[in-house]
Parts: sequence; C-alpha cells; structure tokens
Amino acid sequence: MRFSGWRVLKEGLTGNKGWQAHWRDATPKSEYDVVIIGGGGHGLATAYYLAKKHGITNVAVLEKGYLGGGNVGRNTTIVRANYFLPGNSEFYSHSLKLWEGLEEDLNYNVMHSQRGQIVLFHSDGQGDAMARRGNAMINQGDDAEMLDRAALRRMVPYLDYDNARFPIYGGMLQRRAGTARHDAVAWGYARGASERGVDLIQNCEVTGIDIEGGVVKGVQTTRGAIRARKVAMVVAGRSSQVAAMAGMRLPIESHVLQAFVTEGLKPAIDHVISFGMGHFYISQSDKGGLVFGGDLDMYASYAARGNLPLVEHVMEAGMALMPAIGKARVLRSWGGIMDMSPDGSPVIDRTHIDGLYLNCGWCYGGFKAVPASGDVTAHLIATGAPHTAGARFRLDRFRTGRGLMDEEGTGSQHNLH
Amino acid sequence: MRIEGKGLVEGRTPISFTFDGTRYQGFEGDTLASALLANGVRMVGRSFKYHRPRGVMTAGSEEPNALVTLGFGAAQEPNMRATTVELREGLWARSQNRWPTLGFDLLAVNDLAAPFLGAGFYYKTFMWPRRFWERVYEPLIRRAAGLGALSGAPDEDRYERAFAHCDLLVIGAGPTGLMAALSAAKAGADVILADEDVAPGGRLLAETIEVDGISGAAWAREMAAELAALPNVRVMTRTAITGAYDQGTYAALETRADALARRPGAACGTFWRIVARRSILAAGALERPIAFANNDRPGVMMAGAVRAYLNRWGVAPGQSVVVFGNNDSAHRTAADLDEAGVHVAALVDSRHYATCDLDVPFYPGAEVCDTQGRRALESVTIRSAKGEERLRADCLAVSGGWNPSVHLACHMNPRPVWNADLLAFLPPENALPGMVAAGAAAGDFSTRACLQGGARAGQEAARDLGFKGGELAVPMAEDAPCDIFPLWQVPGRGRAWLDFQNDVTVKDVQQAAHENFRSVEHMKRYTTQGMAPDQGKNSNVAALAVLADATGRGIPETGTTTFRPPYVPVPIAAIGAGGSGKGFAPERLTPSHDETRQRGAPMIEAGLWYRPGYFPRDKETHWRQSCDREVNMVRGAVGVCDVTTLGKIDVQGPDAGAFLDFVYTNMMSTLAVGRVRYGLMLREDGHVMDDGTCARLGAQHYLLTTTTAAAGQVMRHLEFVHQALRPDLDVRLASVTEAWAQFAVAGPKSRELVNGLLDAPVGDATFPYMACGAVRLGGINARLFRISFSGEHAYEIAVPARYGAALFSELVARAEAMDGGAYGMEALNVLRIEKGFITHAEIHGRTTAFDIGMQRMISAKKDCIGKAAAARPGLVEEGREQLVALKPVGAVKELLAGAHLFNAGDPATSAHDQGYVTSTCFSPTLGHVIGLGFLKAGRARIGERVRMVDHLRGSDTLCEVLDPIQFDKDGGRLRG
Amino acid sequence: MRLPCPICGARDRREFTYRGAAVALERPDAEAGPEAWDDYVHNRDNPAGVTRDLWYHEQGCAAWIVVTRNTATHEVLGSILASEARRAGSAS
Repeated sequence: MRFSGWRVLKEGLTGNKGWQAHWRDATPKSEYDVVIIGGGGHGLATAYYLAKKHGITNVAVLEKGYLGGGNVGRNTTIVRANYFLPGNSEFYSHSLKLWEGLEEDLNYNVMHSQRGQIVLFHSDGQGDAMARRGNAMINQGDDAEMLDRAALRRMVPYLDYDNARFPIYGGMLQRRAGTARHDAVAWGYARGASERGVDLIQNCEVTGIDIEGGVVKGVQTTRGAIRARKVAMVVAGRSSQVAAMAGMRLPIESHVLQAFVTEGLKPAIDHVISFGMGHFYISQSDKGGLVFGGDLDMYASYAARGNLPLVEHVMEAGMALMPAIGKARVLRSWGGIMDMSPDGSPVIDRTHIDGLYLNCGWCYGGFKAVPASGDVTAHLIATGAPHTAGARFRLDRFRTGRGLMDEEGTGSQHNLH
Repeated sequence: MRIEGKGLVEGRTPISFTFDGTRYQGFEGDTLASALLANGVRMVGRSFKYHRPRGVMTAGSEEPNALVTLGFGAAQEPNMRATTVELREGLWARSQNRWPTLGFDLLAVNDLAAPFLGAGFYYKTFMWPRRFWERVYEPLIRRAAGLGALSGAPDEDRYERAFAHCDLLVIGAGPTGLMAALSAAKAGADVILADEDVAPGGRLLAETIEVDGISGAAWAREMAAELAALPNVRVMTRTAITGAYDQGTYAALETRADALARRPGAACGTFWRIVARRSILAAGALERPIAFANNDRPGVMMAGAVRAYLNRWGVAPGQSVVVFGNNDSAHRTAADLDEAGVHVAALVDSRHYATCDLDVPFYPGAEVCDTQGRRALESVTIRSAKGEERLRADCLAVSGGWNPSVHLACHMNPRPVWNADLLAFLPPENALPGMVAAGAAAGDFSTRACLQGGARAGQEAARDLGFKGGELAVPMAEDAPCDIFPLWQVPGRGRAWLDFQNDVTVKDVQQAAHENFRSVEHMKRYTTQGMAPDQGKNSNVAALAVLADATGRGIPETGTTTFRPPYVPVPIAAIGAGGSGKGFAPERLTPSHDETRQRGAPMIEAGLWYRPGYFPRDKETHWRQSCDREVNMVRGAVGVCDVTTLGKIDVQGPDAGAFLDFVYTNMMSTLAVGRVRYGLMLREDGHVMDDGTCARLGAQHYLLTTTTAAAGQVMRHLEFVHQALRPDLDVRLASVTEAWAQFAVAGPKSRELVNGLLDAPVGDATFPYMACGAVRLGGINARLFRISFSGEHAYEIAVPARYGAALFSELVARAEAMDGGAYGMEALNVLRIEKGFITHAEIHGRTTAFDIGMQRMISAKKDCIGKAAAARPGLVEEGREQLVALKPVGAVKELLAGAHLFNAGDPATSAHDQGYVTSTCFSPTLGHVIGLGFLKAGRARIGERVRMVDHLRGSDTLCEVLDPIQFDKDGGRLRG
Repeated sequence: MRLPCPICGARDRREFTYRGAAVALERPDAEAGPEAWDDYVHNRDNPAGVTRDLWYHEQGCAAWIVVTRNTATHEVLGSILASEARRAGSAS
C-alpha cells in the first residue's frame, strides 16, 4: 500500500478500515540466504538495502524484543555529517545524502528535518579545531559555516552571551543537519524490507551461532535453529554477548547514555544546539518537547538507566547555556546502552569466520548512521567487498594502528570518550 | 460552588486571583483548581491535538487537563497543574494551547478533521513535495503543537540543591506513611517522611472516613504533630520523590510556595538527593477513568477527586451529579454528595450484582455510554437493560478502579505484576534494593489495611536496620474489601478517550494494533499513548487493556511500558540549580590575577583558570600592538609571565627515578640532582598524552610540570600507574600546583632581573641552562629553574603561593625599569611558535612522538607506558602527517589555524587532503606570518610549496614548508 | 550511585573517576608481542553481569580501587585497593 495525503483522506472518509499492517510478522523458516541478528535501525536498514539494492530477499531479521527497541528508539534524534577524520568523513556524508531522499525512498514520513545544527566554541583554540573540522566537511562536499557572536546572537538570541562562565566565541552551523522522528526510521525500513520479502521475526533471541570449519552455518534461536549462508551481527548494545557466541572478544565496552525530554512547549528552539564545554545538546521535537542529553554516565552498564550526577550535570549545562529553559520541566529520562569502541568510531567488517559479518561500536552516534550503515553493511554482505563509504571501519585498525578515527582526541583506548 | 459546613478551608483568609483576565476569589488553602471550581469555572484548557474543551479531572499532580500558565515575563511558568498550584494573593493564571481565546479556539477545527488525524497519520503524508516538510508542513505542525510557552527570558528564580541522609525514607504521608514513619521513628530510626501535598494526610484529607473515632484529617494532623516533635523525624511536605536510583539514592523536588519563598532572592525550591538505607513506598493509588464516548468533556471528573473537592475544599464541582463506576468508590462519592446536599442525578454501577442503600436513583448493571455538552457537560447517556436514557448533569464522577502508584518501585527496571483480583498492577517483590511497598501502593485499599500495612512496614524496616521496638496500636478505621468488576471501555459509537492530554482514543489503540503495532511499546510510540505530561498515569492501564483485547492477549502478556524518572515533571532550573552564569564551573585564579586585572589585561579562559591575553599600554588600540611589543620585549629585554597554572606534581621516594622512567618515554633516573629535563608522556595507546619538564630537586625528589590543560589527567594517570601497575615502587605523589606561585622571567636581561631579587645571585656557570635548585629570595625559600618556553635565556621562579602576588608585582615593576614588563598568552604563543614548541594545539590527542619528530625520545633501554602501542606500524608510517612550520608565500600573506593543506594545483577536496594548520601568528621577530601544522610526510618536504585552503573564511594561498624551529635553531640564546 | 572505598567507606559516585575493566591491571610484558598488547589495550569481556572495574577516589583519598559490580543491575558487591589487587595478581 502506498502512503500519501490522498490515501489519508480516502481512508478518513471510509472509516480508516483499509489500512494494512506496516510489516508482516513472519515465522522463521528453516533456512535463509542471510540472517541479520538485530532488528534495530541498523539491522532493518541492512535488510532493506540487501533487498532493494542487491535483490537479496531471502533474508531474516531476528529481534529478541520488538523492532526498533534499541537505540533507534531511544536517542536524541540528531542527524548530522560533521566528522573530519578520513573514514568517518565520507561515511557520514554518504549517510546524510541517503537521509535526504529517505522519505521518498521508503514512502514513509520519518520527519527528517534539516533545521540546522550549531556547535558552539568557547576559546580561540576550540575555534581553530572547529575550523579544521568545518573545512574538512566542505572538503568532503558537505556544508559548514562559521558564525561569529553577532551572527549567533541574531540566530539564537536566547543563549547566555553576557554572563557565561565560558563565553561563546562563535559557532559552526551545518544547515543540512537536523533531526528525524527516530521510531519512524525503524518502522519505515521495516515496512520497506517486509514489502520486499524480508522476514521480520520479533521475540526471537539468538542463543548460538553455528560455525563449522571456520564457516558460519546458521544460528540457534529461542524459536529453533535457522540455517544461513551468511550471518550479520548488528546488535549494538549487545555486541560483546553475540560475538562471544562466535568465540570473539570485541574492542567494545558498554556504557549508559541518558537523555531527557520536557513537557510540550510552544516553539522555542529551532536548531540543534551543541555546547562543547558542557557536553550538552538540545533540540525541540515537533510535538514541542525539548529533547536533550549530555555525556555518558561513565561506567560500564547494561541497565539502560543512569544516575543523578550526570542528570544534574546535563541540567547545569542547560542552565549555563540557555537559562531561558529553566522553567521547562523534565518529563522523562531514559538510558541506552552504548557500544563504546576504543577510538569512538564504529566497525563494519568481515570477521575471521567465513560468512560472519560484524557491525558494532556506534558509541553514542549510531542514529544518524542508520541509512549508510545499512547500505554499507548490505554491500559488504552482498558483494563480499567493502563499500567505499565504509571501507575504513576495519576491526583490525586497533591492532595495526592504521586509520584510527579518534575524533575527540581523547585516545584510541577505552573510557576516554 | 462552595458548600457551607464542608471542607478544611472554611473560615480562612480570602484570596483574589485572576484566570484568563477575570478576577475571582478563593481562600487560603485552595488550589487553583478548587478555587476555579468554587467559582463555577469548568472549562480550563484545550487538549493537545483536537483542541477539545477540557476541565479539571483530578485533584492531584496526575492532572491531565487543567494545565495553565502562571505569571508573566521572566516569571512565566507554563504547564502548571491547576490541581497542585497553591492559591496565593495576586496569582495570575491563563489557559494555554488555544487561540485566540479558550472559548473560541480556531484550532478546534482539528476536532472536525479527526477522521484524518488518527493514530500515526503523519507518517503517511506530508512527503510531497520534498522541500515542503521544512518550509510548510513542519512549521505549521510545530506552531499547533506544544502546550504552554516559555517566556524566552532567562529564568530568574533561584533553586537550591541539597543532600540528605536517613535510615528510612517513607514516600507518601497518607495513613500508611504516617504509621510507617511513626513506627520506625519510635524504634529509633532516622526517618524522612516525604509527601508532595502541602500537608500530611493523603486521601484522609479528601474523605469523610474516621480514624480512631475522629475525622481522618484530624487524626492525620495529630500524627503529623507527634512526628514533628520527634528529633529523629523530618517531615518534608511539598516534596515529591521523583526518582529512585542506585544504592538507595532518591531524587526529590521540594517546592516552596510559602511566603518566605517569595521574598526576593529566596529559593523557590530544592532538588534533594536523599540517601536512605531503607525506603517504604507508601505513595497510595491513583483512580483511573473509564473509556466511553465523549468522556472528556469539562465536568467529567474522577469520583475520588469529586470527594476531594467536596470534603477538603468544600466545593461541589456541579449542581447535578451523575456518578459512574465499577467499584465502591462511586458509591462513596454518591454518599458524600448526598450527605452534603448536592443533587445526585444517578449512581450508575456497572456491577450487575451491586446494591445501594442511598436515596439516589441507582442503576446497577448499567453504564454511561455517552455525554453531551458543547463547552462543558450538559447531559449524560446511561445504557441499562431498560435501554438508553439521557439525564441532565453538569458533573459526571467516574471511577474505573485504582492503580497503585508503583512507579518508583519500577524505576530500576523491574516490571509491575498484574493482580487479577484487584485488577491492578502491583509493585514487584524486591523490585528495588531496600524498598518495600505498603498500603494502597501495595494493593491494600481499605484504610485499616493501610494503617496496618504502614505500621508493619515501618517496624520491619527499623528491625531490619537493627532497631528494636516501634510496635504501634493500629487505630480502628473502615476495612471494606475491594470489590471491582472489569470495565475498561464502554462499547459504542463515538470517540472514547484514553490519554486525555494527547488525545488518544480507544480507536487509535485499535488502529495501531490493526496496523501491526501490537507490542505495547509500538502502540505507545505509534499513538503517543502515555507520552503526555501525565506520562499515562491516568490512562496506561486502560490502554493496555484495550490493546490486550485488540490483540487477543491478556493484560499481563501484553505487558507495560517502562517506568522512568521523574515521577512528576521537574524544572530544569531545579535539577541544574547553580549552573547558570558563572556557577557552571569553578573559577581558578592565579596569584597575579588582581594585579593583572588592574593592568587592564583581558582575561582568557584556560580550562578552569583565567589567564591574561595581553597587557595593553597607553596608545595601544589593537591587541596585536600589545602582543608585538611584548614579544619584542622578551626578545630584546625581559618579560614576566605567570605560569602558575602549569600542573606541578611532586614525586618523592627511593624509587622515584624508576617510576618516572616508566611514565616518561625518556630516562629520568639518570638526571642529575639540580638538573631539569624535558619529558614526554604517552598514553598506553601510544599517542602523546602530555609534555613538560622534570626537575630533580634531590636524590629522591623530583618535581614535574604538566601543561595547564592536562594537569588533572596526568595526576590521575600517575596515581594509576603507581597504585595499579607498579605498587612495588616506593614512591609518593602530590599535586602541588596551587602550593607554588610560579613566574617565567624570560629575555636577555632575565638573569639581571632575577639576580636583583635573589639573596645569592646565580651565574651561568653555577646555574646553566636546564639547572634547577633551591634559592632564597627576600628571606623566603624559593625554587629557581633555568628553563625556557620562549627560546630566550629564561628562568622560572617559584615561591609559596601566598607570596605570589607580591613577587609578581615586584618582578613586573623591575622588568619595566629594564624596558621589559609583563606578557600574556598571545605573546607567549608567538614566542613558542617561533621556536616550534608544541602545545595542545599540536598534541591534540591523535599525535604520536613520531609525528612531532620526537620518536627518538622513546628510550630503547626500558619499557614505558605506551611504548608497545607506539610501535604499531600505523603509528610510525612515513606517510603520517608530521609537524612542520609554514610561511605564506602567495599574494595573500595569511595563515589560518584550521585550514587544510593540499599539493599545489590539487583541488581542495578530501581525496587530496595533505594536512592542516594548527597554530599561526604574526612573528615580529621574523617580520612575517608563520604557523605550525601537520603535513603528510612533512619532514621530507621542507622547502616545498603547498596550497592552504580555508573554505570557511575564504582563504586560499601558497605556503612554504619550513623546519618547525624558525628562530634560533641552534639554541644559542637559551644557553647564552 | 554509591561506591565503597576500602579506605573511606561508602561514598557518592561523584567522588570517583571511572577507568574501565580491571584487566588494565594485567599489563603485558614489554616483549609480549602485538597480539597480547592489542588484547590488553582494546579487547574486553564486557560482561552483562558481574564485572570488576577500576575507579579512582579522586575527590577523596586518591586511592585507585577495584570494584566488583553487576553491570546489569548496578549492584555493588565489594571493592579492594587496586594496589592490593595488583599485588595479589602478580603473586599468583
């Protein structure tokens, strides 16, 4: 069924009885060409592009809970392409281009809104580092603009320009950055994949990976064994556990990242705004809630919930940056499990086991990556060769030291990002 | 309408207030909601999506409808629940989410378009044409959405944050909580009793129930007085426990609405972090609505809320009331209304077996199936075995049963457990370490059971903590059993609301299930059920029941969504109290701060420190003039600069040398006493962490310096290496950054300046380059280091911090007499760039020793932190970007830090990227602009010309690649 | 969140700085080879359950401690000084 304004009108006039399921709930078959472990954004996008671009439709997506229940359903919805190191740069650039056509491609309104992101800087040194980043973005073909205080004041007058502990020197604006309705991204990919024949199987937990002679043969699940020629582990948040089923020990530590939303408010914040000194970023959803977050809680955790020190720090940063939001009230907080890699960048690669693929390490930046991650992973599975936009996300970069992507400069070792 | 002789506010001080421009009168003790109802104001708001007229529905913080905006200007507070706003003189409230007025709201047209605006409609449309989303559709949606508005002005109200510790936290001060607190307190436990209401009592304040032969409200007052008299009890009213966190930590919001809090400058609330060894969840239960057609009109209220307005505030929410329910709460409401002389038009009980001895029209086995009324309720349709009947009524009191307030018990992930007898979710056993639930929160719905449960829980908690005693006689009170029959939705045509705030109806949930959003999480996210300001407190359980029905599952199999903090919304200003303005981070001031400010130096934030940019003099109108003069001053005479901010770490012990050999890439054990060596530290990942100097002050005594930015990180690292990796080494570390004031004295006349102050002058032979040692200066012990970050003959002189201000003044005065003076960060930066010295602009975390040409500093003779990882092939490849100096040679003599480098003639794209510029300055010494940067294989490309492009600032020029050291390469000036 | 410092007793999490898995104590020999070093610096068991990790009582006594903790529930099971853990480890 095609979604459109006309369809909404027609169904509205006829009692909304004609709508169909957005995706089929499939029962697992005994064998597939490709099994994707993980029904989050990345797994669903991988399935979609496998079917759409490579004609591989004998695919199952196995999800232990509900589709889109991981970080695609619990992020701060920011979409941007402002990376500067080779590897990240071309990948996120590719992703943003896919975002820009996603609604037509999926025939699903994911509400991708290019409302612009402003990253603030608070010293000349930070400004220089920001300039290096902005120039890299333009070198890559993306957009970036440097704003001085006066330009910022015109654009976002509600920031504290006059009394701040860390004065605002300027900001970098990426107009093509913005937000999207996170759940809809998962649903849109699910619908697109399902329409093309992919089996989406919820409440199906993988309990083992079958490997014979260094070749993957299939998976064991809570709903029986499934044979597969190729298996992809796309389970950020549980990567270490799933990879352990294949005897792998990953360069991943799992951390909790909290996020927050306020009660609905009339439009107050048009852009996505990031406050580097305070690890704080904020936007306003179409429903009116201020959606914001900060840094990791900074301890290994799978609890998907956090603690007060970070909560308070995030709110302090909000008050420091924009004291006009003081009377907005926090309605809900939540936490997600972050696959933290040593250098803060992801892995999309083959493994030492033939037919077994790995997609992990998205740290706290996986949402905006969803389209490209799916495209690149599907390409790798279908062709056996890395996609040019994701060729540098190699697992062996830590061992060799080649092509590390430590955007923050805090080290290519754990717990510093 | 007030009822004479009813309520606890009678006889209190009258208060006048304004709602939507009309002045009304209420009484001290009223909430805005009770006062509005007393004045006959029924419509107070509009719903989120369909802009339906809405009235007060509850009497607590769970209110979904009566959200108003208070105040104006910077004090404007949106989305305040009228049901919890304490009335105060001059209170100014207005309705929100309507235009132009509450009575005539243009967006009410949405209600007519409802067939097209069902669950998730927006995912299916607004996609064409593509550019219209940001330009047309989304702005319209955003303007229509939202509830109240922020003022846009900085929040001027002051909040505080505080910690509290106790043995037992009792959450909720109703009958359960009061008994629990008293019982535990009598046993000797330190107790905090917290309740979000203005006074203890809970439901007792809203009921006519007697406890121990007196009114429940009076009994609660007596209990509260008894508790207040105990030294080990702290009763915190107006304090909502908002979240449960690890190891017995609870968040709480205390709101101060009393007169004291409204004095200028006083805090209007406190965000508490309460650490409790045990807690008792005595949060009671919330009554839930029933879904039937048009169940959302102003005048439709919860049955328990109707009792609360009647019994606590003496207000009858209507003149003719229909009461409808599936449990005894409806009967209690009918009885109280009847007793108070309010006309009860009907008591409708869905239980066919129910009986009633009240003298009111009784409809057993019947249901309310529809309501009528344009802006407020006018009549109610009742469906019974006899058919449908329409009764005039201006208030409909509804009870669909009670939901225990399990939220806090579920904040740490466990899900509540369905109880099929009570038709309610109960807290899971041992949900939260140290917490037990009691009273209505645990499913005990009679007053007597609450009193008993509270007493037992309090006593057991105390016993568990090692206290003895605390047995209390449990007072007599009603002990009616819970009798409820399932009724979630009344079948029929028309929209039946579940989530009132977000306009989610039974049909929406069914539609979601039909479109395969069958998981409870999918249903929630697709319909927005439970995502409104009440977070589903009123609606989630009924929505679950509807979803369970639509998907052919039971309620427990359908499951719940996740309970997340906060329990009630908390202002960002409260949790982030103190964060605005300068409060966001500590301010560290150098010993020379005051003198520096007096000299008019603009201050720059350097981490938490403030450092001077430059010291302007008369006639200097541009920072560059001051900076150039200061550079020339240092190169030509002498300059003084406060370098106290550099980290200083004292390392002492027999194994100090061995320890330092392990943390530095180079050898420090071989350093002679009285000598200083430059040192490089790596992280274990093989990249440069920091650089600095290492001075050996004694055989077992070293003093390290770190960069300002990395001082904390290095200290942490050194302690880690010592304690966690090399505890075998006998060494001790201390951060002495703030103990010593330290000043750089640099320039050809630096020795003359220093010697003028030292008790015993130093000479080149006794104190050569890289010497250090103890000196005396004006009779005090000081340290002198002959080190240089400027490339000049220079010293750093350190004195105990308390002498710092005086020494700085003296040094600067003497320097000025020698044609020198103070210099700031700008000049310091120029001096170091001329010399090719690096800062964190260059060692930005991704740099290796190889990149900065210091690979030979990684000693081959020993292991050190980072050595193994630094040897990885990728970290020592010739093609890596290497440190070089740059000079513009094109038409435009400009270098910009952050610009990228390309081979001359190549396009400025990622594929051709050759490197980037890190630091730039105008060098007055060399007479042109210079910079530092990283260039692929740069060391082999000295003399080559490369293209520098800065798209952001529109610069494109040719540069010559130079050796990083552009001034005094052989170091003659340092040593001379 | 509160952590037990073996020296100071139970303290608020705010006083501590986190470092990660206690495998950091098991630093390989300088000559252990690239695989061992890669494993040490990068690879982790990362259990969803009981783990041992390193915390620095930075706003307290400056002790590095090893906390035994459950990453799924945040339950804290105990702690010892990192120096003792290291000595015990190297003795075994």
